Formats: sequence, C-alpha cells, structure tokens
Amino acid sequence: MSKMLRYSSLTKKYIMALAGFLLMVFLLIHLGINLFIIPFTENHQDIFRDGVHFMTTNPLIKIMEIFLFGGFLVHILIGIILQLRNWMARPVRYAKSNHSQGSFFSKYMIYTGVVILIFLIIHLGNFYFVKLGLTEAPEGMSRVADDHDFYNMAINLFSNKIYSGIYIVLFILMGFHLNHAFQSAFQSLGLNHSKYTPFIKAVGDFYSIVVPLGFILIPLYFIIYY
Amino acid sequence: MNIKLKVWRQKSAKEKGKFVKYTLENASPEMSFLEMLDALNTKLILQGDDPVAFEHDCREGICGCCSLYINGRPHGPGEKTTTCELHMRSFKEGKTIVIEPWRSRGFPVLKDLIVDRHAFDKILIAGGFISNEAGTAQDANSILIRKDKADEAFDSAVCIGCAACVAACKNASAMLFVSAKVSQFALLQQGKVEAKQRVQAMVRKMDELGFGNCTNTYACEAECPKGISVTNIARMNREFFGARIGTQKS
Ligand code: HEM
Ligand code: FES
Repeated sequence: MSKMLRYSSLTKKYIMALAGFLLMVFLLIHLGINLFIIPFTENHQDIFRDGVHFMTTNPLIKIMEIFLFGGFLVHILIGIILQLRNWMARPVRYAKSNHSQGSFFSKYMIYTGVVILIFLIIHLGNFYFVKLGLTEAPEGMSRVADDHDFYNMAINLFSNKIYSGIYIVLFILMGFHLNHAFQSAFQSLGLNHSKYTPFIKAVGDFYSIVVPLGFILIPLYFIIYY
Repeated sequence: MNIKLKVWRQKSAKEKGKFVKYTLENASPEMSFLEMLDALNTKLILQGDDPVAFEHDCREGICGCCSLYINGRPHGPGEKTTTCELHMRSFKEGKTIVIEPWRSRGFPVLKDLIVDRHAFDKILIAGGFISNEAGTAQDANSILIRKDKADEAFDSAVCIGCAACVAACKNASAMLFVSAKVSQFALLQQGKVEAKQRVQAMVRKMDELGFGNCTNTYACEAECPKGISVTNIARMNREFFGARIGTQKS
C-alpha cells in the first residue's frame, strides 16, 4: 500500500489501465452468461445454470477470481489515490469554470466509479456472499430461492421494480465510465497510433453502449413481461 | 467598444487576492488583448492606481509569457492562439471578460496575473537537454535522420512552454509539456543516448513538483496554442515504461 503511493504517476496509470482491461473482459464474460436469464432459447435456464456451475466450480476460474478481486482492489485504490492528488494539484479553483474541449466523461470517472463500487458491494451481498455462506439467501419473495440457485435469486431481484430501476440507472452510468475508459486505457499504455486510434475509439464507443445495453435488457425484459 | 472586465488582483504571493471590476471606454476591436490591458493600465496609472501586473514579452506568439486565463479558457477564445495574438473583436461588447492567473500548485501566483513558472525550468533542468561536447560543429550529414522523424520532432519542439496545458487540465497536469520535451529528444539520434535517464528524471521531477496526473481528458491538446498533440503523451508513456523495465536497480 505505501509502496503503491510511491509509484510514479505513470506507473499508477499503467496498473490502473491493466486492471481496467481485466475488468472489461470480466464484464463481457459476465454478460455472456447473464443474457441466458432471458428466455430466447428453449433451454436458456440450463445454459445459465451450466454457466454458473462452471464459473463457481472450475479451478482455473478460481485462480482467475483472485486476479479479478485483486484487479478491482487495485483499480479502486489507485483510482482514489490519483483522484486525491488531482484535486490537490489545484488548491485555488478558477472562478470561471473550464470551457475547454475534451473527453466529457473523463471528468466524472471518480463519480461513476464510486457508483459502480456501491453497486458492486450490493451485488456481492446478493450473490457472492450467499455462495460463501456469509449472507442468507432471500426469503419470502415471489419465488423462494435456495442457496445456490442463482437463476431464481436473479429472478427474485428483477421481479422487484425498484431494484430493476436502480440496476438500469447503474448500467447507464457504467456506460459513461466505460466510454472514456476504453480508449483511455490504450493511451495510458502508450498505444496511440494515427492509423489505429480512431478504430480503438470506435470499438470503445461500441463496447460502452452494447455491454451496458446487454445488461439492461434483462431487467427491461422483466419490467415488460411481468 | 466599451469593455467590462473582472480581473484577479493580488498584491503578493503571501496576500489574499480578489476580483476587481474595471471598465475601459473607447477600446478598438483591432486592439490585441494585451494592448487593451496596456490601455487599462494607462488609465489606472493616470488615476493614481496600481496597474494590473501581467506577463508579456514577444507579443507575437513565440515566447509563451502571456499566460492569462480568459473566460474559462487559457489564452481566451480561439484555436491555436496566444493571448497576445487575440484581438478584442473576438469579444462581445457589454459582456464582462473574466481574467484569472493560471491556477496550479506548481505555479503559485506572484502578483495579480503573474505566476511563478519556474517549475517548468526545474523539469527541464532534470533532463531536458543533451550532454554534448561543445566542439566544432560536425558535418550535418554525418548523422542521418529520417524526414518523418525530423518533422515529428519539430512538431514536438514547437512547444513554447506557456503552460496553457497545465492551466486547461482539470488535474493541473503537466503531461503535455513534459511529453513534448521528452519527445523532441527521443525522436532524434542525438537525444536517444540519454533517453532512458531523461524520461525517468523528468517524470520524477514533474510528480515531485505537485502537478496532477493525466486522465486523458485531452483539454491540453485543445488549448495548446501550438497544437501539440497528445500522441506525445502516449510516446512518453511508452518511453517511460521501456526505461523502467530496461534499467537496473540503483
Ligand atoms: C466493472 C468495473 C470497472 C471497469 C471495467 C473499469 C474500467 C476502467 C478503465 C479501463 C479505466 C481507464 C484507465 C486508464 O485511463 O488508464 C478506468 C479509469 C478509472 N476508473 Fe474504472 N473501472 C471499473 C470500476 C471502477 C470502480 C469501482 C472505481 C471506483 C473508484 C473506478 C474508478 C476509476 C477512476 C477514478 C478512473 C480514472 C483514473 C484516472 O484516469 O486517473 N473504476 N476504469
Ligand atoms: S507575449 Fe510572447 S507569446 Fe504572447
């Protein structure tokens, strides 16, 4: 921790970007499984359960999980350290606020990040801690879920309109985070090229719209059909 | 035209400053921004008041002295212009023009609109040079440099060190300046010899002086009067990474 504080600003950003990449790959995989909550195939439930079973039992995934938690931790800690330093770098603010052109969402990374963090904690409480046996599975909702029945647990949550609403807002905000994040991570790692950067930016725009939209489809489906 | 101004006044680095409102009658739209301030100062002096301190030298966009934060933008409205190249025709009559000094931990205010920009000198002293034997100049063709590399190095070297990048950055980061300086050397044969030490020393100094980190917001590029590109920042990120993994522990 104290060592992390002493890293140069550039090194902190490399770590931030690498951890960010890991998180972005994780999001894709997570989405890939979650989408099978929606009944667009006959056996969607089985595919979802198989996916969950694989992700919760495969030893290789267990190892990846350590990297994932490490990635989150490092990304969050360095994000906060960098942000504090950035605020300190301008002790006297301008009276007239800045009108310069620039990446719009980059100005709100800490706020969208903190929203993601709050949701992450709720989300862990709803699923991961249940798996670990740290929290009880929900009871008395529309459908009773057993400890490891992530499918019914998800259905339980999404049948709550308020939860679904919060979930949708969260993923819109996450889209804002990702929109700046994708191309920013390349730049932080020094990967800027007159030929490829426009393409990277386009992929980033696509990713930041399609991934959150994918997650949003699920509560939307429940809001519309239940 | 009649000009309404709100100007930051601060007697010294130690004292607290405040905004003071001024009006200037009969300014012409052809006046440069600095000429308008000259006219204001003449008026203040004739009234027996303390004139507004601001920095200027070349008045033709090459020295980088005229660092004023005007209406929320370094060097005011307009693309790729310094304050001295800005004219009063760019402003609407009747609308108050707000003038502030650069705001950054690295550049404390000395008086009114003048800040201490020594921090940039310190970064250059840390590594912004080549250690050359000062002998007779050798034949120019003995060091071959590719034309595109020479052009790129020149694009980086046009930085006038005005610090608009720091002023514009929401984090008061000096990355665009430092990366332009790192690049102008790293791209040329003469600079490659010391490239690894240079980038590390300059980044260390930049961090030490309290500038913020880069969040890749790119306001620096948008406000740079010389159009320095953020590809320089990417290059510095690469150079630094290469240098860190390529040098032994000391
Ligand atoms: C799924 C979750 C997340 C993903 C995929 C993600 C991804 C990224 C990526 C790729 C970057 C760009 C890094 C760079 O510019 O080099 C970034 C920046 C950032 N992230 Fe996240 N992030 C996530 C969650 C969080 C959380 C929970 C926080 C909590 C504080 C956070 C705070 C930040 C901040 C402050 C930045 C800007 C850092 C800077 O440029 O100085 N992120 N994120
Ligand atoms: S006074 Fe020299 S650049 Fe403006």
